[in-house]
Amino acid sequence: MSKNGNPIIEVRNITKYFGSVIALNGVSMAVRSGEVMCLLGDNGAGKSTLIKTLAGVHQQSEGEYFVEGQEVHFDSPRDALDHGIATVYQDLAMIPLMSISRNFFLGSEPTKGSGLFKRFDVKFADRVAKAEMAKMGIDIRDPSQPVGTLSGGERQSVAIARAVYFGAKVLILDEPTAALGVKQAGTVLRYIAQARARNLGVIFITHNPHHAYAVGDKFTILKRGRTFGTFTKDELSREEMVRMMSGADELDALSHELQEFEHADKLHGEGKMSEVDHALAASLEEGESLLNSKKEQ
Amino acid sequence: MATTTVTQEGDERLVEASLLKRLLSRPELGAAAGAILVWLIFAIVAPTGFLSLRGTASYLEVSAQLGILAVAVSLLMIAGEFDLSIGSLVGFAGATTAILASQYGVPLYLGAIVALVLSLAVGFLNGYMVIKTKLPSFIITLGSLFIIRGLTIGTTRLITGRTQIGGLDDYAGYDFMRVIFASDIPIAGVGFSISIFWWLLLGGIATWVLLRTQIGNWIFGSGGAPQAARQVGVPVDKVKTGLFMTTAFAAWLLATIQVITVKSADTLRGEQQEFFAIIAVVIGGTLLTGGYGSAIGAVLGALIFGMVKQGLVFAGVDADWFYVFMGAMLVIAVLVNNYIRRRAEAARK
Repeated sequence: MSKNGNPIIEVRNITKYFGSVIALNGVSMAVRSGEVMCLLGDNGAGKSTLIKTLAGVHQQSEGEYFVEGQEVHFDSPRDALDHGIATVYQDLAMIPLMSISRNFFLGSEPTKGSGLFKRFDVKFADRVAKAEMAKMGIDIRDPSQPVGTLSGGERQSVAIARAVYFGAKVLILDEPTAALGVKQAGTVLRYIAQARARNLGVIFITHNPHHAYAVGDKFTILKRGRTFGTFTKDELSREEMVRMMSGADELDALSHELQEFEHADKLHGEGKMSEVDHALAASLEEGESLLNSKKEQ
Repeated sequence: MATTTVTQEGDERLVEASLLKRLLSRPELGAAAGAILVWLIFAIVAPTGFLSLRGTASYLEVSAQLGILAVAVSLLMIAGEFDLSIGSLVGFAGATTAILASQYGVPLYLGAIVALVLSLAVGFLNGYMVIKTKLPSFIITLGSLFIIRGLTIGTTRLITGRTQIGGLDDYAGYDFMRVIFASDIPIAGVGFSISIFWWLLLGGIATWVLLRTQIGNWIFGSGGAPQAARQVGVPVDKVKTGLFMTTAFAAWLLATIQVITVKSADTLRGEQQEFFAIIAVVIGGTLLTGGYGSAIGAVLGALIFGMVKQGLVFAGVDADWFYVFMGAMLVIAVLVNNYIRRRAEAARK
């Protein structure tokens, strides 16, 4: 799937300090177009810091950042956006009470007319929002309906469609599946694959190895601000991935829950999973939802 | 409703259904129904006074005075902020114009321009403080409510020795100001106050801005989810500051209309108007939490206010009951709003 070529974005030895805290310690990674790079790691591993650095929210303390081979320094998210790097944040993507087309064009409204009569081109916005969503395989009959009427997965995909429409070359998706149910997460994974098919580079942040394994071409695993390196799918089994992310001790502690999670098979519908995998998947998902409920973004 | 499985059949029927649905999901629907209901009640209870052209002109003028404030407040509230200082600003702007004319011989129109500039500065300061301190605008503008009122009374008494300044029609520029701010426009032999046209004009502009301009989209976004709006490049802080200045402008406009109409300024003028404006806006379907609402709703909310206030007079009911009615309307409106919002926010599954 992935194309060979030069990376669209690449970071080398990125280090980020917050006061005396080392959030990132010499992280390197790269993304090419038509490639899904999964950024994995437990909470506190530095995923957020890394993507916020990529998105221009933070500036790295040390290290280099290249976009299409040129070294860049972003002062704001707007800078990153202007370089075609769009970030979709998990819960900040959409405004529920606004219509789909208004959300779609928020901040970049199409206008017609000029001077005092310059106005928001509602028809154009509706038409484009509908068409762009159709390209992602979602049929919206009425683009003027509030985004709140969409499911969580569909909301994420409106955000993804918007980023693609506004010329993103790289999509950074910050845990787009974390708050979603299995079925809805599947919807989002499909759009990630869609974006890849349209030759975008995708950085997909998750701490769910199953979601990552389903769409990822490459995997970068972070732990405590360091990277274990980047692996291709051939180089890394799901089990190894999980072990790298969380460490063996925690897995042992979870092992007594093995039998309880046989239903994971039905939910995931992936026949190739071993019994251990099922247990890990389910345990991790449970742990994840607990963590999510505690986590303050 | 969006579905992942595409079925195109039945789209023709959907057009009609969604038109009705769209109408039902408009924020101002409740206020429109309420306005019709209130009109009917007084048309039955007090037909002679209420239904006459003169009666209509009188309740429309009362509605207009509140409506000018309410329209501006609706925009600010959709952007997620409150402005409690506008009532005090009405007193402040009027007193400024009157002091400049009576004490310093400044023509009324120039005095009004100075008052406008000062009012806008206060609006800017409100916005600046809200953004810089990140305190709720309720607190910041509650502070300005008292500061501005106190300053107005204190300064006016210091300069003139009184808290009211009368006889403004003796000063330069009064006739010119009267044409713009206080004339009557005859319709079928009855004079309709020009403030009614100001009210409708502002309501029309605000609706157009809200629904058909880029800034309108930004206003909804700023109130609905400021963080998400910032993320996509909406200048949330500028939008909010601009809207605080808009409410200040509305307060100045009302102050000028009142000062020119009654030919005097009173430092206590505009008291409680900030609350009535919020009530009108909420009755009009705007959510207290921002992100959802309508300027037409605010126009209708003010219309209900005026009809009730004057209708009770025509019906011979003691004016004390007016407060009971407005308070009850507010609570009912919030309940209806919450129901509408739940429907709009409800996920598909």
